[in-house]
Amino acid sequence: MTQAETIGTYGPYGGRYVPETLVPALDELEAGWAEARQDTGYWAELDGLLRTFAGRPTPLYLAERLAPGRRVYLKREDLCHTGAHKINNALGQALLAVRLGKRRVVAETGAGQHGVATATVCARFGLECVVYMGAEDIRRQHPNVERMRLLGARVESVEIGTRTLKEAMSEAIRDWITNVETTYYLIGSCAGPHPYPALVRELQEVIGREARAQMLEATGRLPEAVVAAVGGGSNAIGMFAGFLDDPEVRLVGVEAADAASLGRGRTGVLHGSRSAILADEDGQILDAHSISAGLDYPGVGPEHAWLRDTGRAEYLPITDEQALAAFHLLAEREGIIPALEPAHALAQALLLEEELVLVCLSGRGDKDLQTVLERG
Amino acid sequence: MKRLSIYLMAGAETPELAEAAVAGGADLLELGFPFSDPLADGPVIRLAGERALAAGMRTRACLDCLAECRRRVAVPLVPMTYASLLEAYGYERFRDDAHAAGATGFIVADLPIEAHPELPRVQLVAPTTPSERIRLAAEHTDGWLYLVTVTGTTGARSALSSQLPELVERARAVTDVPLYAGFGIGTREQAAAAAAIADGIVVGSRAIQVADESGPDGLRAFVASLRAAIDAV
Ligand SMILES: Cc1ncc(COP(=O)(O)O)c(C=O)c1O
Repeated sequence: MTQAETIGTYGPYGGRYVPETLVPALDELEAGWAEARQDTGYWAELDGLLRTFAGRPTPLYLAERLAPGRRVYLKREDLCHTGAHKINNALGQALLAVRLGKRRVVAETGAGQHGVATATVCARFGLECVVYMGAEDIRRQHPNVERMRLLGARVESVEIGTRTLKEAMSEAIRDWITNVETTYYLIGSCAGPHPYPALVRELQEVIGREARAQMLEATGRLPEAVVAAVGGGSNAIGMFAGFLDDPEVRLVGVEAADAASLGRGRTGVLHGSRSAILADEDGQILDAHSISAGLDYPGVGPEHAWLRDTGRAEYLPITDEQALAAFHLLAEREGIIPALEPAHALAQALLLEEELVLVCLSGRGDKDLQTVLERG
Repeated sequence: MKRLSIYLMAGAETPELAEAAVAGGADLLELGFPFSDPLADGPVIRLAGERALAAGMRTRACLDCLAECRRRVAVPLVPMTYASLLEAYGYERFRDDAHAAGATGFIVADLPIEAHPELPRVQLVAPTTPSERIRLAAEHTDGWLYLVTVTGTTGARSALSSQLPELVERARAVTDVPLYAGFGIGTREQAAAAAAIADGIVVGSRAIQVADESGPDGLRAFVASLRAAIDAV
């Protein structure tokens, strides 16, 4: 393989499949990130913000009434500022954008959580913010649209194709191509061209690092299984990162049944990287479907495809109905309203045999009330 | 003489449009093989691609369309597509089948320069591309180098990119391969201005619009007007 094919790869996955216009920007980002991650000042500033602004560390909670007779622990990313793990990544990348001298930020959003996180950090750092969101998602995640606007962001409705996360991401990348000299593309998951998958993973590793230490403190041992929902895969990769070197810990990613790029996809290229994709035999991208806007995406970060192939992690499907049932159960038994995305992880965790399980509760459900109420 | 390349989306009417474009004076035709998620394309080509896909223009049908164009015109034919189609079809298989159908080269909008050398192709460079990388692209390119005149997606613009002269100058400094300018060229004035400094021009979105609005006759007249404009340079 040539050098271009091996940079930023995970086995046969990853890489940089982008129009040439973006290559210098990705080089600049890669160099900027390499510098920042060597700089203790960068991490000190980020840690400070994660503590004082985002509310870290997030607690570990034993959901006794959810799963009587078993120990199911929830990593409470829903208690992060703005309501999901997305803020971990957004803060880290905003610091990077500032270091790179970019004053305008574009992002895509599905559930709106990444859009809100991005709008929030842009407000915090005084950056101009444009968020692309599919028209269908604007409808079903309306509270988050209002939040983004209150935070000073411009929300661009994407009216083409599926009108969901896939198209929002394409439009954000087209904006970046057009305004590349002034603009930082703040991607919301561990997908996209190199170096984004590695960068986002590293910024989300805080979830797994904290959770591992908290599990050891609470139980004196590691969990038998770790479960996380997988849309693009950022909360899952951040959580898994804490346990990758513990072979006795089973890693379970949970996909929406009709957006299961790892479960049912084929190898293809979407949004700048080679990964498991829902595509037809001609390589045309297929529509994904999920009640959860954050999982409604036909691709996934390349590292997950590699973890699947190597057998280190497994990826299981959960249907809309199963996720809704888990959503209601957590609300009624524990007094926690989860986002629909981690409701998939909860549903899967309840199906596992293991006694000691750690679940990433990646976000809170306020944004999903309308969707859930419509479904009755 | 300056070269004129016209981009058409593969479809049922394309062979007839190809004839019209060549009759109008096109030296080369780029044939879009549509992809569902074309990151480098603006609204016109994106919509044309959506319509083509809805009409069943998958890779096999596009190759058939290419073969039919080959029967009707003698100019070079260059499929232009995205990596996802090639991942699915196989790079070597695509190269062989497209050659058999009459392709004389390839353009892939989202493949890195050094990737898949088994598929020789026209490389693209943009105003953001550093000179060192232009040199690398020129070393790898097949025949000519595609200068993307703008930082942006395909689509006609109101004025020719002010970034083009500098890009041409930087490219000339590192390579002798012919330079064709494309993206954002849609009028005779823009064509003439671009042809004055580059060796050829590519017109895509505007050609597709004209073909939509006024069919093969309109396209022939439009291409003839571009031809006259660049020949006057
Ligand atoms: C709460 C929550 N969890 C999970 C996801 C899925 O993203 P990822 O797989 O990158 O964690 C989202 C995306 O919007 C989300 O809002």
